[in-house]
Amino acid sequence: MTEDVFTALADPTRRRVLDLLAEHGHGTATTLAAELPVSRPAVIKHLAVLDRAGLVAAQRHGREVRYVVCSAPLAETAAWMARLAASWDARLDAIRALAEDSTPEALG
Amino acid sequence: MTDSIERTILIAAPIERVWDIVTTPEHMGQWFGDAGAERDGDVIKMRWAEHGEAELRVVRSEPPTGFAYRWDANVAGIGDTLVEFTLATEGDRTRVTVVESGWTKLRTDADEQARLRAGNEGGWKHELGDLERYAQTVAV
Repeated sequence: MTEDVFTALADPTRRRVLDLLAEHGHGTATTLAAELPVSRPAVIKHLAVLDRAGLVAAQRHGREVRYVVCSAPLAETAAWMARLAASWDARLDAIRALAEDSTPEALG
Repeated sequence: MTDSIERTILIAAPIERVWDIVTTPEHMGQWFGDAGAERDGDVIKMRWAEHGEAELRVVRSEPPTGFAYRWDANVAGIGDTLVEFTLATEGDRTRVTVVESGWTKLRTDADEQARLRAGNEGGWKHELGDLERYAQTVAV
């Protein structure tokens, strides 16, 4: 899922789609296309990618399909990256401890 | 397009000393693994007391400033990542910057691949701070 989230976010139009949905609460391919420099079919493709990543959910209202943002996958991905970053911070701290502990006297 | 994590630290030791710590199996077995390591050519075998072994393949070694290896995480869904160390002298200290990237393989359609190759995809970097801010922006 993380992989799909990254792929989905890689495109600036898709990030704009998420922004617009978050801003308005929901949107359809038609209302989104009106605010974006791309066609309605292109918006539909982008929504499909976001849907596969779990970043949006579709809700049928009569003849309309409304999309809303699902923020959980973003939060999960951010948490996962935070764990990786913390692992590297711990390793860099270990490198510093090793390097500073035994700096050869000859350097002085 | 990169998916990467970048961390940095400033160390009160000369660059040659830090290079030695970062790149030799004797030390890698302490700061990266916890149960030793050995090097054979470009392959470094790392051992962990609780997590078994992993192989690192050294892809760049430019003493004392650049060191990079591929790390096969050996976990389903997580391919091998590229770990790149950059060392630089700052006064009498040494800055170490590490970038890990490539844990997500891009799966994109033909149009996107073409644009990615053209290098004008918008410059988004999946950096932690960006992603956290972004998650907050669209939080509902």
